[in-house]
Amino acid sequence: MGKFSKGKGRATPKISTASLPDIIFILLFFFMVVTVMKDSELKVDVNYPEATELQKLEKKSLVSYIYVGKPKANYEAAYGSAPRIQLNDAFAEIDNIPLFLEKEKVKVPEQQRGLITASLRVDKDVTMGIVTDVKTKLRKINQLKVNYSSRLRPGEL
Amino acid sequence: MARREAPEINAGSMADIAFLLLIFFLVTTTIDVDKGITVKLPPWSDEPPPEMKLNSRNVYSVLVNANDQLLVRGEPMEPRNLRENTKIFIANPKGLANMAEKPNKAIISLKNDRGTSYKAYIQVYNELKAAYRELWDTEAEKLFGEKYEGLKTIDQKREVRNAFPLVISEAEPTSFGEK
Repeated sequence: MGKFSKGKGRATPKISTASLPDIIFILLFFFMVVTVMKDSELKVDVNYPEATELQKLEKKSLVSYIYVGKPKANYEAAYGSAPRIQLNDAFAEIDNIPLFLEKEKVKVPEQQRGLITASLRVDKDVTMGIVTDVKTKLRKINQLKVNYSSRLRPGEL
Repeated sequence: MARREAPEINAGSMADIAFLLLIFFLVTTTIDVDKGITVKLPPWSDEPPPEMKLNSRNVYSVLVNANDQLLVRGEPMEPRNLRENTKIFIANPKGLANMAEKPNKAIISLKNDRGTSYKAYIQVYNELKAAYRELWDTEAEKLFGEKYEGLKTIDQKREVRNAFPLVISEAEPTSFGEK
């Protein structure tokens, strides 16, 4: 007959954690792949307007971003509270847009240059004046593909 | 010297390192998808546009003023009614004399002030585009038994679009109410 020891020596078997690093690594790779490092720090406040007819912008490399909005609180002292344009990392004027887009253009292979979209990331409370000026500038330099960044509107109007 | 066996490296801390990296990427990740309303702007020309003789019944004029109020063909309108009314204007199911002769002759004319808020502009633009999209959907279902987005070939899409061509003409804004 076997002996049953009471109370002692029945510790639960240790779960092997040897595969834990593998699992974590898989997660790690997933996040590494989907991560888009923020390439520019936003200096203006941008809250997108809401819409329903949204289209996805597929190729990130074929998109140039133009931000328009009020300067953030810590820049307000220097730049005031009127809506401003931001290109890359800095505040800009409307006349800087052609050069900015030209610089973006040379980064893309020649046969894809016609497919570049200008993504207008405009705050919803900005007035149309500045937006119209940007649009006019874009038309003048023949950058006609434009995307107004918006969020999906839940529900009806 | 006696050969010693290489000591085994303890891999227990590997998980910690991986965790650390994982947390770093978790924090820096912004899965923000780029979505928005895609528009094709008209090319710029320095000459004034040629005078066009347009039958006024084919023009659907939409004005958004500096107070974000909507004026459609001279009448105030709520934004939530814009989509339905635009659809009726384009399709003109009853053949009324003051609405578009044919869907492919309809022109939407959109005008805003410089003081109009971007929010209101996008809302109106979205409704106009939605009206067309819904018309395309019904047309596509009629012809091919499928929604517009579900159509298989570009030719099918083109056929539907040619029946209801999207024409939104934007006038230079008036300079009211800019802050």
